[in-house]
Order: sequence, then C-alpha cells, then structure tokens
Amino acid sequence: MSSTSIPLPEAHPTGTPSAGTPSAGRLRVVFVGHVDHGKSTLIGRILHDTHSLPDGKLEQAQKASAAEGMVFEYAFLLDALLEEQEQNITIDTTQIQFKTAKRPYVIIDAPGHKEFLKNMITGAASADAAVLLIAANEGVQEQSRRHGYLLSLLGIRQVVVAVNKMDLVGYSEETFRSVQSEYREFLEQIGVVAHAFVPISARNGINVAGRTPDLAEPNPMPWYEGATITERLDIFEPPQPLGALPLRLPIQDVYRFDHRRILVGRVESGTLRVGDRLVFSPNNKTSEVASIENWSGPETTVAYAGQSVAITLKEQIFVQRGHVASHEERAPIESNRFRARLFWMGKRPLRIGQSYKLKLATQELDAEVVSVDRVIDASTLETVQGDRPFIQRNDVAEVVLQTRGALVMDNQDSNPFMGRFVIVDDRQVAGGGIIHGGVYADRSKIKSANIYWSEGNVLPRNRALRNGHHGAVLWFTGLSGSGKSTLARQIERELFNAGRQVYVLDGDNIRHGLNSNLGFSPQDREENIRRVSEVAALMADSGLIVLTAFISPYTQDRRRAREIVLQGGHEFAEVYVEAPLAVCEARDVKGLYKKARAGEISEFTGISAPYEAPLNPEITLHTGTLSIEESVAAVLEYITPRVRAVVEDEVVI
Amino acid sequence: MNASELTLPDYSQHPAYAAKYPAPVPGGSPAFFPEKVSRADADHLDALEAQSVYLIREAFHHFKNLCMPWSMGKDSNVLIWLSRKAFGGHIPYSLLHIDTTYEFPEMLAYRDWAVAYHKLNLIVKINEDARAGTGAYAERGPIGYDTADPVTVTHELKTAALQQVMAEHQWSALITGIRRDEDPTRAKERYFSPRNKDFEWDYKDQPPEFWNQFTTSCAAGEHVRVQALLDWSERDIWLYIQREGIPIPHMYFAREGSDGKRYRFRSLGCWPITGAVESDADSIDKIIEELAHTKTGERAGRAQDHHERNAMQKLRAKGFM
Repeated sequence: MSSTSIPLPEAHPTGTPSAGTPSAGRLRVVFVGHVDHGKSTLIGRILHDTHSLPDGKLEQAQKASAAEGMVFEYAFLLDALLEEQEQNITIDTTQIQFKTAKRPYVIIDAPGHKEFLKNMITGAASADAAVLLIAANEGVQEQSRRHGYLLSLLGIRQVVVAVNKMDLVGYSEETFRSVQSEYREFLEQIGVVAHAFVPISARNGINVAGRTPDLAEPNPMPWYEGATITERLDIFEPPQPLGALPLRLPIQDVYRFDHRRILVGRVESGTLRVGDRLVFSPNNKTSEVASIENWSGPETTVAYAGQSVAITLKEQIFVQRGHVASHEERAPIESNRFRARLFWMGKRPLRIGQSYKLKLATQELDAEVVSVDRVIDASTLETVQGDRPFIQRNDVAEVVLQTRGALVMDNQDSNPFMGRFVIVDDRQVAGGGIIHGGVYADRSKIKSANIYWSEGNVLPRNRALRNGHHGAVLWFTGLSGSGKSTLARQIERELFNAGRQVYVLDGDNIRHGLNSNLGFSPQDREENIRRVSEVAALMADSGLIVLTAFISPYTQDRRRAREIVLQGGHEFAEVYVEAPLAVCEARDVKGLYKKARAGEISEFTGISAPYEAPLNPEITLHTGTLSIEESVAAVLEYITPRVRAVVEDEVVI
Repeated sequence: MNASELTLPDYSQHPAYAAKYPAPVPGGSPAFFPEKVSRADADHLDALEAQSVYLIREAFHHFKNLCMPWSMGKDSNVLIWLSRKAFGGHIPYSLLHIDTTYEFPEMLAYRDWAVAYHKLNLIVKINEDARAGTGAYAERGPIGYDTADPVTVTHELKTAALQQVMAEHQWSALITGIRRDEDPTRAKERYFSPRNKDFEWDYKDQPPEFWNQFTTSCAAGEHVRVQALLDWSERDIWLYIQREGIPIPHMYFAREGSDGKRYRFRSLGCWPITGAVESDADSIDKIIEELAHTKTGERAGRAQDHHERNAMQKLRAKGFM
C-alpha cells in the first residue's frame, strides 16, 4: 500500500449517521414532463457540457445517431435501448451519476409517454427534487400536468420548471412568460410552488450548464438573468434527515444462528439504542434491545435512520416479519381501515371489493378498497364523473381501504416510510397510496398493552380449522330503538343455523352482571364499552363470532374496541344501525324515550346525551327503510367470506 | 484445506498471460488484502451498504431457493462481503461459478482460496457439451473463441450454461452484482427484475418498483434477478473494498509488461477477449485516483460488449447478467 498523498476524501476518525437514502450525499433529481419535451436531451446535454461522459459513451451515441440518420442525438446517451433510439422516445427510467463542483447527483430520466407512466413513477418515487420540462413550442400538455400532480403525490416539493426548445420560438420572452403563468396557475391548485422557471434550449446548450456552451457565442436570451439549470440543481436542498422522527423499525426477518435469535430490519426513522424498550405493533409486546450486531465492524450501541440492523432482545417475545418496533411513546397507528390517496398503474383495473395483497414496509396483508370517495383526472384535476366499481390505469383516487387484520401505519405527512403502501396485482406492484387522516391513539389507555400473553399450544388457526371459521367481532352501534339487538339476535340465529360458533353480547347479559356497578355517566359509559370490548376480544380469540349490541355513542370508545380486537388478530367490523331519532322514538319498544322526554331518565342518548355517528363504518343499515331480512342479508353477505377458514398450503388464510 | 495454505503456482507458460500482463510471482497468496482506510464520505458507503443488505435480506425472505452467481471479480467479492454482513458472517445460500474454461488461472486459484476462506458452498458449472461439440451442439461443433464470435461464445458458455444449471437446481432467484454505471442498459434495471422461462428480460415492460417494494414472486420456471449493487459506482466499489479490507484477486493491480509500460485489468472476463489497460495503479488509492481522471469506460476492455451496436442489450435481453 502506498501512502495517501492523493486527493481522496479525508480519512474520517468516527462513523457518522447515514442520512437514510440509498445514495446519501447524492441529491437525487428526476427529470419529468410530456413526451418529446426534451428530458433525455437535456440530461445528455448536462452530462456533455459538464464533461461527465466517458469517451466510449459519446462515440456510442454518435454511432447510434448515425445509424438512425441523425446529426447527433444527445438523448442517445441515456436512451440506450435500440427501440428507444429507433422511436426516439424514452421507454424506461435511467439513473446516472454526475457531479457539479458543489456536490454529486443521481440524475433520473423518466419517460414522458403516458403508456410508460409506471416507469415514470418508478423513477420519480426516489427523487429528492425534480426538473419538469415543458416545450415552449407546444406549451403545457397532458403529461406536464399529470407529472406535476404525481410529483406532489409522491411528496416531491422541490420543483424547477425548464421551459425548453426556446430556439423553436425564437427565444421569445413573451412565449416563456405565457407558459410560466399557465403552469404556475396549475401548480398553485395542487399546492406546489415551483422554485423557478428557466428558459432553455437543451439542444443548443442555452442556460443549461452556462448561458451558452461557448462563451464567444452571443446569448440569445439576454432578458433572462436567473440561474442556469446546473446552477438551479446546486440550489436544491438536501433531503431532511429522518433521525428526528419517532423510531420505526419494521422487522424484515427473524434469524436464528450461532444459538441466538436475531431480529433484522431497517431503521426507517428515528434512532435505536441498546437498552431501549421497544414495543412491537400490532401485538403490543415489549422487550429491551440487548445488542446491535455488527459483523466484522466495531462494537456499536446505536443505529440511525437508514441503517439495516440486526439486534437481539433481552426478553424473548414472539416477533415476526411485519411487526413494527417503536418506542412506547409516539407509537404508530394500528387499524384495519384507513383513508388513502391511491394511484393505479395496473394492466387490469383495481376492482372495489376485490381482495389484493397490500405491502407496507415489511407487512403484507390482504386488503380491499371498500369505498371510493372520488376519482381524479390528474391532468385536469377534475373529478371523474360517474359511479363505477373500479379504478382505471393512471387514475388517482381518494379511497377507504380495509385490511384483513391490523395494519401498522403512520400518516404520510408525519412519517413518509410508514405512510405509504403498494398494492400488488398479478405478482407486480400495480398501485401505490399514501395514508392520511389516521388517528393516533394513546397506547397507555390500552391497559393490557404491557401484559405478556401466554401463548398456549392451541393457536387461533387450530380453532379456526376446527370451527371452519375465524373469530370476529361485529360491533353494532346506533340509537336506542334503532334495531341493534333485534338484528343481532336474528343474525345470531342465521349464523348458528349455518354451523357457526356465535354469541350476542348486549345490555341484557352484560348490564345485569359484569357491568351491574356501572351507570350512564360518560365515565361509566366508557368503562362499560371498555369491558365489553375486552370480553368480545377474548370470545373472538376463543373462536367465536361475537355480535355486540350497545348504543356505544362515542367514536373514541368504538375506536378503542377496534384496536383491542385487532390486537388479537381478529376481524372487526363496525355496523352502524341507522334510523332517524323520530323513527326510534316512534318505535319506543321499552317506553324509554317517553320517560326520557318526561325527564325521568337523565343522560339518555339522542335526547339528553350525544350520539357520535360513525364516520366510516364497514356496514351501514338504514333500518328506517330496509326490512329486517334485507339488513340481516347485508351483514351475512359481508361477514361470511371474511371469517371463512380455508386450508391452503397448510396456512389458514 | 485452510485458506492460508493455498499459494499461487507458476503460471509463466500459460497462454492467458500476454506480453502486456505477465504471470504472477509464484508462491504468494492468491488473495490481496487491502489495508483498511475509512474516509469522510462514509455516509454514502453506509447508505449503499444498508440498501444492499436490505435487498439481500428481502431476497432471502421471499425466495428460499436462491443462488448467488460469483465471478470472483471485485463486485462479486463485495457481494460476498455484504451477504456475510446481512447474515452475521454466514452465507445461507449457494454460490455459483460459471466456468467458461477461459478463466485466468490466477482467478481459479483465487476461487479455491476464497471457498476455504469464506466457507462458501460453491457450485461450478461448465457447459461441457458446448465446449466439446456434443449433445445439443453435435451439429454446430465445439464453441470457443477459436470457432465463434465473442457474442456467441458469451451467450453459450455463460448464459446457456446458467440455463442448464438453473434447470438442474430450480433456483427461483439469483443475487447478481451488476451496476447501473457499467452499461446504459444496466442503468435501466430494477432491483428485482423478473426473467421468463427462456431467461428473457422484458425490458420494454418492466414492473413498477418504488418505495422499496419489489417483484417478490414469480411463476414456476421463471426467476427473479436481485441486483443488489445497482446503485454502486465503480469508485464506490473500490472505496468500500478499501474501507472494509475485503480480499480480492491481484489482477486489478498494475504489472510491468515486456514493453516497459505498466498495465492492469479494470474488469475481468474470459482471457482471450479481456484486455489489460495501461495503468500505474498498483494500490487501491491509485485505482481510485485513476478513476477520478479516466474517461475510458470500465468495460472498454471487454470485446463482447463492442462486437456490434447494442451488443450488450442483445446479450442481456437473452439472459446475460
């Protein structure tokens, strides 16, 4: 070994935390825009003008240009596929490294053809910033807008707009200003502020790496005094470090080697230290970090966001792939139902109510879209008209999703890594979504969180195999007299007749025994529902389909019921038994409304106490208009396929 | 055998060594151990390492029956290192060497050394029929650099050999060490890239891949290429080898040719079609320094790449790495 007198990076005494991207220190910039607006040409020009090309590459592109009968095509430096050169379009995204005097970059070329939108997303999803091209001679086009919208959906906030092909419009300032004002208006609608608009000619190298490629040449746009493209790249901010976010370590696998149990995964955000107490969602088991393994490296007691780690635990609890480790404070959300903004790239449309595989970090669950609030045309921002049971390729939609079992997540705006998911169709990633509007529950309220469950040898799947179905909780909520108990009893009978293990919990069997010490104050109502939730969860765990019929007027209480049941790994569905107060009052089977009106009963829901209607229930039954038979049928249709136990490769799903 | 007992024999008569690059001095270890040096851009290497380890662990989780092709070159030795990092020093899958029979003998010595050193479970595959002109090759006769062009030889002795050994072992995934900066078609690759039964790469319709969610299953007979070094550059590879002290073969370092100039290999393949480049770099520091100034492509010395326009695309579409 010779000594290091050459200009290498300085030797570094201590390790530094990694920034958590696949190319820390390399700003990742994606080039997007409508087809043929000059993305590959601009990148080729940047590489050429900054002398970043190896000799062979320029010759290769020259040869290819000659073979296609062209003078010299800068785009061929990136469009390496024969088909791309023949058709002069970009088919798939390319990544290429280059550096300015300030820092190194990864440049991502994204195709602009609508047909290759999936490749554009593949390229853009990992970018820190974007250059969006609009050809001055064609102006703002369909993909100019769609790409702009997708950038905002992917969370890319740093955007520079390059108005290209200025040579084709005589370097007209007026044309530039008009494109700028039209596109700026579009970006405002989606909440994006472009850092700058730069008039360029990629082909002639104007305002790319300099005003002109040759200093002797006159500047055709003296009216533009702003930064060139490469100067703009240097102004982009590096990605924000994720160390300050709460810890999220999705477990990738559990290995056993050298007689030790090793948990592996990547610290997606936050910081992990030996001695930290971790809580693993969705099971809520806790243990302490005993060690951070580092084969061949120095002993370490801390791991930062972005690092792939291997750890051991002090207490050997049950952990498997998909579990997410966090600290006890600032734990993630757990739910089986959530809102998302979704984009679809599948060859087949996404069907409402059909089961797909959903992947979020290392979790994989069956999921379905249960409702679509609206479908947006990303190029016009208009809501697509018409009610349809599917989402088409290239659509963006606001949806509600439901997973089989609890999904651990964050809202995208509070933690990007845990706030996004993909949907798989036909073995391929076919759609992506970002989660919003989820509610963080205080885990300390779930008092059983720190209790170790004894894992007996009889597993839920053993019970499910014997019963032919899984345990589940159907949570009926609604005003007194809306029909909860009547429906629950009727459904119990139907399920019982069909050979299912089923039981109803309602006021009759709970209020008189287990909860006889509780009244109707808000505190007592909360405790009442808490106990019912725990009992229902245990019964579901024992394999039963449990139907609960309680007014349960508070959203918070019902949300906790859901969490308790989901923690046990069982299906939970909220059934909103909806009937107008007047209808319930007219029914008044037990004469309670009359007494409440007379003031003989205080804190009566609907009269003298509030009822918080479910915002997003799995099932809504309008008993004012539906017959009992129709309501029963709706519930049975919903629950039957969801609890079915099927033997497939010896795994009950 | 213990790795430390293996030494280089005398190769001075072997035809692989031409005037430009003489045979090594016999008696030394087949492996070069770099002195560990860590530098200020540790962040960048940390990030590359973390992503590669993540990819390797994903591959291991989703494809129990997987294999890691290993060419003994610098990138493939980094892959071995990353695998050991991922699994606490162990490598829970087989390695595969496709032996074209045109290997530099020094590389074969390195191979045997590394098997002992890393405790590898190595499978060696030669397309014997193609070399001998038997079986499916009876009509065409033996395939070799003396009888066919380099694209054909590369396809038959590497890709066809891979197909044969894949059929035998039914691997559903291969962990490979290709990098985006090596070739423009590789720049368009996915981390997890599906290949059909005929090994074809459907580069015109690749599956979406983002947010670290990959194509993690395939139909029977198909396989997925897990390209764990895609984000790395040639320079990154050298910086990492140096930082970690990863053992590599000696052939990357300059030796003096009979013309008095010094030469080294930047990329190692079959000896009849792999050229040494003029270089004084006899240490990793010098190699890294050289890379900062060179404008020659890494694979410029690899004849099969330049045989015809888009030769790499054609080779790769048919299953070449």
